[in-house]
Amino acid sequence: MGERQYKSEIRAHLASKKKGKWFERSISPLLTVLASISVLTTIGIVFTLLKEAYHFFQETSVWDFITGIEWTPFFASDPKYGIWALVSGTFTITVIAILFAAPIGLAIAIYLSEYASDKVRRILKPILEILAGIPTIVYGYFALTFVTPLLQEVFPELSRFNALSPGLVLGVMIIPSIASLSEDAMTAVPQAIRQGAYALGATRLEAAIQVVLPAALSGIVASMVLAVSRAIGETMIVTVAGGSSPNFGFHPMESVQTMTAYIVQVSTGDAGYGSTLYYSIYAVGFMLFLFTFVMNIFSRYISRKFREEY
Amino acid sequence: MQAVQVKINQKMAFENTTDSGNETKAARIVFHTKDLNLWYGADHALKNLNLNIYENEVTAIIGPSGCGKSTYLKTLNRMNDLISSVRITGDVHYRGRNIFDPTYHVEELRTSVGMVFQKPNPFPKSIYENIVYGPKLHGIKNKKILDEIVERSLRGAALFDEVKDRLKENAYGLSGGQQQRLCIARALAIEPDVILMDEPTSALDPISTLKIEELMQSLKQEYSIVIVTHNMQQAARISDRTAFFLNGECIEYDVTDTIFYRPSNQKTEEYITGRFG
Repeated sequence: MGERQYKSEIRAHLASKKKGKWFERSISPLLTVLASISVLTTIGIVFTLLKEAYHFFQETSVWDFITGIEWTPFFASDPKYGIWALVSGTFTITVIAILFAAPIGLAIAIYLSEYASDKVRRILKPILEILAGIPTIVYGYFALTFVTPLLQEVFPELSRFNALSPGLVLGVMIIPSIASLSEDAMTAVPQAIRQGAYALGATRLEAAIQVVLPAALSGIVASMVLAVSRAIGETMIVTVAGGSSPNFGFHPMESVQTMTAYIVQVSTGDAGYGSTLYYSIYAVGFMLFLFTFVMNIFSRYISRKFREEY
Repeated sequence: MQAVQVKINQKMAFENTTDSGNETKAARIVFHTKDLNLWYGADHALKNLNLNIYENEVTAIIGPSGCGKSTYLKTLNRMNDLISSVRITGDVHYRGRNIFDPTYHVEELRTSVGMVFQKPNPFPKSIYENIVYGPKLHGIKNKKILDEIVERSLRGAALFDEVKDRLKENAYGLSGGQQQRLCIARALAIEPDVILMDEPTSALDPISTLKIEELMQSLKQEYSIVIVTHNMQQAARISDRTAFFLNGECIEYDVTDTIFYRPSNQKTEEYITGRFG
C-alpha cells in the first residue's frame, strides 16, 4: 500500500468537527421547534374556530344549524341558520367541477403517460402547471365576464350569477392537479406490466385502460379526492361568479352561495364584532374545515387501501 | 412501425429442409428469418441473421450480454415496436407470413406468439384475473369457459394444485417462481402457437428454475418454444437446437448436442467452455 497522503488532513477535519459538536447537537431541537410551528398553528386555528363557533351556538341551536335548509342571516326578525343551503351551493359547484374535470384530467394523464413522447411531455407538463398557478380571482372574472355570457348564448335562462359557470371554471382550475397527479401514478406503473399486456395482444388503449389505470387506481382516486377538497375550499371563483343566494337543492342555472362565499360576504361587510352574524362565519368555517378534513382522511385511506406494491 | 424498411418478398418458397446440413428429421418451420438487420439508432444490434425456428422444439439462444439475443427474441413478436429508435431491414416470416408486412396487425401476431419475460410481471390483479385477461381481451366472455381456461392454463403451467384455493387472491402474494409460472399460464390462456421466453429463470431460485425447465419439456409437445438464456447448462439440458450469438451475429446454429459437443466454430467452443462471456 502506498503512503497515506490525505490521512492527516482527514484527521484534522474530524478534530475540528468535534469542537463544533454543540452545533450538531442543537440541530435536532431546532428542527423540532420549526416542525412544531405548523402543528401549533393548526391547533390554534381549530381552537379559534371552535371557540368562536361556540359563541354562535349559544344563540342558535346546533340541531337547527346541521339540519336546517334555510339560510337567512340578514333577516332582522327570525334569521334562519340552516347550513344545508350553503352546503348544497358548495356541492352543486363541486359536483359540476369534478364531473367536468375528472374525465378531462384523466384523459390528459393517459395521453401524457401512455402516448406522448418524452419531448411532448417535457413541454406539456410545465404548461399544465402554469394553468395551476393562475390566481383564482382571475379565474373568477374569467367565469363572470367570459364564460357566463358564452353559456347564456346556449342557455338563455341562465342567470347572470349561477353555479354552472364557476363550476366549469373551477373544473378547469383543478384539471392540472388531477392530470399531473394521475400521470405520476400511471407513470409509476412499471413498464414490465404494460409489456405483459402488449404481449397478450393488447393495444395501447386497452393496456392503458384495463391494466395501467387499475394499477394506478390509488393515486388516481387520491388525486380526485384532493381535487374535490380544493373545490370545496375554493373561494374567489365562486364569490365572484356564483352569486349570493343560499338556496337548498341542485340549481346549476341559478344564483347560489357557497360556504366560502358566505364567509367572504360577511367579513367584507359590516357585521359588528360579537354579533350572531359575525360568529356565524366561524360556524360555517368549522363546517368547511370538517368537510376538507374528512376528504383528506378519506384520500389517505384510499391510497393506503388500494396501494399496489409492484 | 414506419421505420421498417422491408421489401415484402412475395411468398417465400418454403421447404422442409433446414439451413444446417446434418439435419436428420424434417421439422416444420415456424419462424423463417432472412437477412435480418436491426439498429438501435446508430447501433447495429443484429447483423444479417438467417435462421429457422422449428415446430414443437425448444430453441435456445445463447451468447454473452449485449450479443443481441434478447433483441432477436423481441423481434419475433415485434415487442421492439415499442422502441422508437429501432430500424429493421430483412424479413421474418411467421408460418409463411412476413411479420413486418403493414397489413399484419401486431396484436394478431402476439396472440399467436406469446411471451414470458425475465422478471415475472403479473398484473396487480387476482390470480384468476391475470389468466382471464387475455381471453377476455379477445372476446371470450362466458364465465364457464373462462373458468375452464383458468384451470386448464394453470394445469398447463403446473401451478393449479398450488393455487386452486386462492384464485381470487392477488398474484403478488405468490412466490417468484409461482409468479413466473402464472405468467406462463397467462400466456397459455390465449392458446398461442409459439412461446418466447426471455431468460425466464434468471430471477428465480434453483428449485423454481427446475420446475420451469420441466414444464418446458412438457409444453413443447404442443407449443414451439424459443428461449434466451445466460445459463449454458440450461440450454444444454432443455433445448433441441441452440443458436450462439456474438456481437449481433449468429455465429453457429445447430442441434444442441452438436453445438455443445462438436461445435464447428472456434468462438462457439471458446464460449461454451467458458473461456469468455
